[in-house]
Amino acid sequence: MNLRLSTGPHFVSRESTQTLMLDVIIALIPTTAAGIYLFGTKAAWVLAAAVITAVACEYIFQKLAKRPVRVTDLSAVVTGLLVGLNMPAEAPLWLPAIGSAIAILLVKELFGGIGHNFLNPALLARGILLASWPARMSVYFMPVRLLGNTSAIPAGVDAVSSATPLIRPGGYEIYDLLLGNIPGTIGEVCKIAILIGFLYMLFVGTIKWHIPVLFVGTVALITWITGGDVLKAVLSGGLLFGAVFMATDYVTNPMLFTGQVIFAIGCGVIVAVVRMTKAYPEEGVTFAILLMNILTPLIDRMTSRKVYGTVKQHA
Amino acid sequence: MHEKKHSLRGVFVNGILNENPTFRLVLGVCPTLASTTSATNGLGMGLAATFVLLGSNVVISLLRNIIPDKVRIPAFIVVISTFVTIIQMLIQAFVPALYDALGLFIPLIVVNCIILARAEAFAAKYSVLLSAADGLGMGLGFTGALILIGSIREMIGSGTIFGNALFGASFEPMLLVTMAPGGFIVFGLILGIINTVTERVSKRKGAQAS
Amino acid sequence: MTFTLSNFLLFMVNCILTNNFIFSRYLGCCPFLGVSNKVETAAGMGIAVTFVMGLASLFTYVVYHYILLPLGLSYLDTISFILVIASLVQFVEMFMKKSMPALYNALGIYLPLITTNCAVLGVTILNIDNNYNLLWSVLNGVFGALGFLLAIVLMAGVRERLESSNIPETFKGFPISLIIAGLMSVAFLGFAGLGVN
Repeated sequence: MNLRLSTGPHFVSRESTQTLMLDVIIALIPTTAAGIYLFGTKAAWVLAAAVITAVACEYIFQKLAKRPVRVTDLSAVVTGLLVGLNMPAEAPLWLPAIGSAIAILLVKELFGGIGHNFLNPALLARGILLASWPARMSVYFMPVRLLGNTSAIPAGVDAVSSATPLIRPGGYEIYDLLLGNIPGTIGEVCKIAILIGFLYMLFVGTIKWHIPVLFVGTVALITWITGGDVLKAVLSGGLLFGAVFMATDYVTNPMLFTGQVIFAIGCGVIVAVVRMTKAYPEEGVTFAILLMNILTPLIDRMTSRKVYGTVKQHA
Repeated sequence: MHEKKHSLRGVFVNGILNENPTFRLVLGVCPTLASTTSATNGLGMGLAATFVLLGSNVVISLLRNIIPDKVRIPAFIVVISTFVTIIQMLIQAFVPALYDALGLFIPLIVVNCIILARAEAFAAKYSVLLSAADGLGMGLGFTGALILIGSIREMIGSGTIFGNALFGASFEPMLLVTMAPGGFIVFGLILGIINTVTERVSKRKGAQAS
Repeated sequence: MTFTLSNFLLFMVNCILTNNFIFSRYLGCCPFLGVSNKVETAAGMGIAVTFVMGLASLFTYVVYHYILLPLGLSYLDTISFILVIASLVQFVEMFMKKSMPALYNALGIYLPLITTNCAVLGVTILNIDNNYNLLWSVLNGVFGALGFLLAIVLMAGVRERLESSNIPETFKGFPISLIIAGLMSVAFLGFAGLGVN
């Protein structure tokens, strides 16, 4: 029997890490497909580079550190996929490769592998890449092919130098925002694909509804209160992608329901505030989730039930 | 006062290798992180700190039997801060570029844990010559560490070494490395790697011995 | 800088988040790495440092502007400031021993070490460099320390959680703590551009 010491949640179900990861990968298929369709083969290469590097790094590290090789649990594939989907399609291949390496080696394996990371690996890698190569990471082009019946104009004509429609929310139609006929990272643009993935994961029980819904809901609420266009705000930037695929990573969010509620609302508040003050407009999502990840251990402490009958330790 | 038998050379080398202040004792973390944005800055800070270390170790050793025990920490601090003020003025006058680069961290040499720790642990107990050797050894060990870390950060973060371009124009430096987060991560990684290497080496030595 | 509510809030945001003493400025690393194993001790250290930094800002301002400057001895600032701080820490130690013995014992050797905390001397010099008046100097001290408190408590939370983790032996302790600090600073980069100096 494989006995691993790790922090919660421990679930007693027929699922293994592998089936869980498989479900996430399946949920990501619509987004991946949409991304490749919209942005062309460049996007496929970026994703491939990210996934291959992630798996290779995990394998090599586990071999060198004399740990059991757990590559078949597919968690590296998921991390790699998430790293790749967070890239602009125009990224040179070394960029997603470095991103995957950082995510797997620095954020995950160095701390003990799956279950032990305290930050979302793909997101932290994205944060590091953003700070290190800002020019490369923040230039987005329109997709080369478009979905549906739209009046938008494909690539070559419209280069926007920052994540997106946040800069000119009035400049993109809801139709285009939903289908992904807008500039952005490979994974974040097609909201419909994200929603399909969300519904799939809910259906098979991979995630619960409350974190993404409360996260997005808080942003919507604050936008509504401050008089912004709610629908456009919700559909802009990396909000949906982040809320559905990154904020729901159970390793890095609180264990109990109340904690998770706090987590989700906290993310929402930070994103709303950052968007209003335009400090790092589109990347509010990345940093919001990372900051809440950092707060998670403290949130867990605050929300855990008192254990009676133990002697108080003197620090 | 217990006087172990120390050789000058032994004490000097100790500061560079066995008890390297940065990699073994892990003291003086703040200035390490701040001054390793480039190899040149690391060198500058290292030499400045060595000057202070040498000076303060010598003076404190000279006065070690005169300073009353109760006020020894404040006394040490006065001696150390005097030397820091001197080097501060010298750098400002002769190497203004370094003064700008290191900024706040030059006066902060006063609270560099290395200096106070060596004053307390060594200079207060041993002869002037030995204390000088210790100060010099520790200082150079510190400088060496700073140059190592500084070079790595400079190479990855700016593509240069001591200000000279290393790679071609197509190299895109990893900007984060010269920023605060990069400093922490690079230092941590180097420390971990050095620990791993020294452990492997000592295991091999142990295996050979048995 | 004039004192308005918005300036006050933006300044606070700047000191605590945007230019966090640990995550952006590297000030206060030694106690940050040394006292961050348990949340309660970390919080205690953070509070003690807040107290010291606020008072240090106050006293060093007075010393600089009313003694050193008029006498033309401004180059003696480093020496005088560190002496002020050393004495201040002595008093805080005595005060804590009497009225907060539990915290005094918990902090142990780290209490006198506040004297060598780069953040304390650092903020006093920053106050002079930035030409703050008395009010902003003290606020800089207090808010900077609150940023330190935030950082050290967050760090303790993370480290407590990582106690059961499978970190390689040679990385345990300082190396991984440094890396954790680095990863946390990446997250704090998100605040860049907020607040005012």
